[in-house]
Amino acid sequence: MSRGDIPAADAVESPAQAAAAGAGTDAAAGVKAVRVRRIRADLRALDLRTLGRALIGREAGMADRIVPPSGATARLTMFTAGVMAFLAVFALALALATGRLADRWAEGLAQTLTVRVSAPAAELDAQTAAAMAALTTTPGVAAARELPAAEVAALLEPWFGPEVPVDALPVPRLIEVQQGDGLDPQALRLRLAGEAPGAVLDDHTEWRRPLIQAAGRLRVLGWLSLALIAAASAAMLTLAAQAALAANGQVIRVMRLIGARDLTIATAFVRRFTRRAAGGAAVGTLVGMAAIWALPDMQAAGGFLTGLGFSGWGWLWPLLIPAIAAALGFAATRAAALRMLREVR
Amino acid sequence: MIEMRDVAFGYRGGGALLHGMSLSLPRGSFHFLTGPSGSGKTTVLRLCIADLLPTGGKLVAFGQDVAGLGRDAIAALRRRVGVVHQDTQFLDHLPVAENIALPMMLAGEPVDMQAIRDLLAWVQMTSQARALPPALSGGERQRAALARAVILSPDLILADEPTGNLDWEMSMRLLQLLIELNRSGKTVLVATHDLNLIRAAKQHVAARVLRIAGGRLQSAGAEL
Repeated sequence: MSRGDIPAADAVESPAQAAAAGAGTDAAAGVKAVRVRRIRADLRALDLRTLGRALIGREAGMADRIVPPSGATARLTMFTAGVMAFLAVFALALALATGRLADRWAEGLAQTLTVRVSAPAAELDAQTAAAMAALTTTPGVAAARELPAAEVAALLEPWFGPEVPVDALPVPRLIEVQQGDGLDPQALRLRLAGEAPGAVLDDHTEWRRPLIQAAGRLRVLGWLSLALIAAASAAMLTLAAQAALAANGQVIRVMRLIGARDLTIATAFVRRFTRRAAGGAAVGTLVGMAAIWALPDMQAAGGFLTGLGFSGWGWLWPLLIPAIAAALGFAATRAAALRMLREVR
Repeated sequence: MIEMRDVAFGYRGGGALLHGMSLSLPRGSFHFLTGPSGSGKTTVLRLCIADLLPTGGKLVAFGQDVAGLGRDAIAALRRRVGVVHQDTQFLDHLPVAENIALPMMLAGEPVDMQAIRDLLAWVQMTSQARALPPALSGGERQRAALARAVILSPDLILADEPTGNLDWEMSMRLLQLLIELNRSGKTVLVATHDLNLIRAAKQHVAARVLRIAGGRLQSAGAEL
């Protein structure tokens, strides 16, 4: 719109009309209500799309000059956004890692079974052979392998130490079974009971279930932490934006008096806070990603915690954090700006 | 340009400040608005730019009833009116030249640095172009405000006690600027309680003097 053009009046009844309509009742209250309605209707024009376009349009260049620089506040906002993003990276890594862990345990352990053969020493070989014979002729068993004594000893070594003569202990024989398609563990259990009574089939269900449950809960905690971090960031940005707008009440008033549109004023603040939130979050995210990257290798260290991290395309997920921070900054500042503009005519 | 018909206004919690006020500002006219402190001079000016809305009657600015204007329309109206506020409103973090350029930026026009330099020379403030508003004296602020008010070459110029803080020499300089604007075809309304200023102006320009008394407008007496 070029200067000099006054847009057509809104299709809202005028206060005088409202007063006329409310004649005999409380005319002043009617006038006020109409004005409040009109202000709300006008401010609704600052919808997300218009404001979003203004952030990169003509208004943007001017916007940065209108709001006075606010060194300490700006740095604090960026710092907080950065810290939140850093924490969000870890929460995201936790959520993704526990998800992977639960899947890995569920898949990996479901594919292997163990048959434990316990019998008096005289019968041990015969029972083991019977169990192996049963396993190799059971449909759905891909492979069955008796663990050699050396492997069994290696399994026990963490508990008994290297010096204990494992041979002297009544150690059961172990058969590792690779599960194929169509294996019925219950039928196999019954068959083993008939052919090799000392053989017990363990499909790991007993100890796998709580582990998967724990991993699932950790995953929920990870996502919950992310949601809480987002909520705290939104609250922080709202407070910062409200403080900035309140501190700049005079700027807003002057701008309105010399003919600034609401869009211009709102853009000035929204742009600043969106950039601060995005900039701070970008730095925090990169530092968080670097910290995750620098964690010891999962294979080298073993254990759960070192599984914390991203893999492959998963490294792209944290890059969403600055975008979400920018969106939060945008929404929080827009809301604060609309509240403030309602007070200034 | 501005038409008030039986306009009434009262601040919240106070009685009616203005009632039955009728006023017409034809194009190219020069008016003084006078009256004692608290009589409503500033209120009349604020009504003209829809900073306040009448509680009764009708105020038509540039052919449109201000009561029906939306917020963007009000902003557009204010860009058509140059206002020198009593408390000279500036953005204190921007240099004088950028404050003067603000209406241009708000109107979506490219900033014409030559026009700004010309205006600064006109108000004799070339050397203060880069100064920040808090560093200016009262007279300099008033002149900078006048430069900002006219940067878009508005048809109507409103000045609220523009010489309130100025010595006589500076007051005459500012008055001279307003008279020059009026001679170039601008409509000027100056609210002042300084009768000497009005008398001085009437020697140079056919100014009409309006006086607010008892919430209504009267033509000033023969003493002016």
